[in-house]
Amino acid sequence: MIFNPLFRKGKLNIPTKPSKKRNRSYKIRGERATFALIFREGLINKLSQRVLKKNVRMRSILLIFSYIILTATVAVAHDHDGHEHDHATEQHEGHDHENGDHDHHHGGHDHGDHMACGHPTHHEFDAGATAFHHIADANVYSIGPWSFPLPCILYAPDGNGLQTFMSSKFGDRDTHGTGNKAYKGYVLDQGTVVRVKDNNFPQEQVDIAGIVHLQEKDAKGKEKNVPHVCYNDQLYKCDKKSTADAGLFGGGITSYYDLSITKNVLSMFIVCFLLGWLFLSVAKSYRNRRGQAPKGVQSLIESIVVFVRDECAKPFLGHKYMKFLPYLLAIFFFILGLNLWGQIPFLGGSNVTGNLGVTMVLAIIAFIVTNLNGNKHYWEHVFWMPGVPAWVKTIITPVEIAGLFIKPLTLMLRLFANITAGHMVIIIFVSLIFILGDVGNNAGVAWGTSIGSVLLTLFMMAIELLVAFIQAFVFTLLTASYIGAATEEAHH
Amino acid sequence: MGGSIAALGIGLAVIGAGIGIGQIGAKSAEAIARQPEASGDIRGAMILTAALVEGAALIGIIVAFLVA
Repeated sequence: MIFNPLFRKGKLNIPTKPSKKRNRSYKIRGERATFALIFREGLINKLSQRVLKKNVRMRSILLIFSYIILTATVAVAHDHDGHEHDHATEQHEGHDHENGDHDHHHGGHDHGDHMACGHPTHHEFDAGATAFHHIADANVYSIGPWSFPLPCILYAPDGNGLQTFMSSKFGDRDTHGTGNKAYKGYVLDQGTVVRVKDNNFPQEQVDIAGIVHLQEKDAKGKEKNVPHVCYNDQLYKCDKKSTADAGLFGGGITSYYDLSITKNVLSMFIVCFLLGWLFLSVAKSYRNRRGQAPKGVQSLIESIVVFVRDECAKPFLGHKYMKFLPYLLAIFFFILGLNLWGQIPFLGGSNVTGNLGVTMVLAIIAFIVTNLNGNKHYWEHVFWMPGVPAWVKTIITPVEIAGLFIKPLTLMLRLFANITAGHMVIIIFVSLIFILGDVGNNAGVAWGTSIGSVLLTLFMMAIELLVAFIQAFVFTLLTASYIGAATEEAHH
Repeated sequence: MGGSIAALGIGLAVIGAGIGIGQIGAKSAEAIARQPEASGDIRGAMILTAALVEGAALIGIIVAFLVA
């Protein structure tokens, strides 16, 4: 402000001959003086009133929101409990009808477990397993107590080839999303389609008594949770889930390919549709309002686009930024849209960007874009670093080549782990109610814990909102920096 | 046993990342206090470095997951 020419030449409409003290304050602390003027005019009162009103509104919104979460949590808890008991009685009756000699298995289990082939199908409450189950992909889309079937597209090269059907073929689903029917040799285990490995298993639609999870050791000696289908009092082993998750969530190399429109795929379609609709409408308003100030949602999108351009593209890509800006904006809005979509409570809670397959594809695209645009200098620095002795080159070259793959690998893992961790922490906080409340046996403690857990969940959700933006930004920023490093011109 | 060793691995990875991100936060807060007009640039550099530190920790966590 001292060097502001307007102040020096007295062009501003301030008192021409103020006292020495006031003059100094105007010149040196211009901003503060303006503030003082506003204050004198009593504007500050109005401002503070507005801020106060806003605060009150915010607080009431927060209160309503936490009340909704609280009631929903309790409702879900009751629902969970009730359903399990219903199923238990149903199954007991069914069994009694079919084979009376199975009765002895049912005695002594009063935790809502029901038995299939002599094994309980529901185990004790396990917070970790619950979290993994809830963040995993599914072949049903569940919103609160309702679940909607989704199309399954399954291909088994050695079996019955390509099969397409709706997941409603798996019969009624329990609260965990396990279907009570098998179809074409597939069953729905906790919302996900798995194939029954056994060739003797019937291919048509049959009723199954339940799915049992048994601990088994695999070839490497690791304990694995393997689902078994109980049909006609016999256990049939199931294949793994067909998901590209490096075995983290029970996926792996399987005898069948699951190309279904799953919950995550549907979420991606919805988000792509919403983004397309948003951007087309913004593009239309740019056409219609050429030369005018942006209006409505246009202002929001423009500020984000300018942010990505100025913070990600320009600093790393320099004058070539226009070539890569469309790609950077596409990944930014795709990741941001999916992050936010997964944040909306009671809307399926799809965990798309927390899925290794999705982030892997995003990272592979980043890898391809970076290396296709790499210039001579980039490849020279990778394979034969200039300006270092030959013996150092023998060390640097393998490291640089590994670096080519580690960069997209970290991109993939960062997004996946951040989003997954956020979702898991929220589920664990909700699980605290069940752990401390002894799965509904101690209602008082459960109610007490639910208050604390709702507050913690709200806090986590606020952080997750921040993370949703930061991770979309970081992915774009790092991609831009990798592309920038690959396309940098020589300056030595 | 594998699970507990994996938990130890996650803990070690988190210690490293915690120290790293703590240093970044402390230094950037200091830098912003010293030169508030450069806060935009400092924030950008802060997020970039924090993301890189976090990447190293996440690889540790994923490896620990795979061991478990």
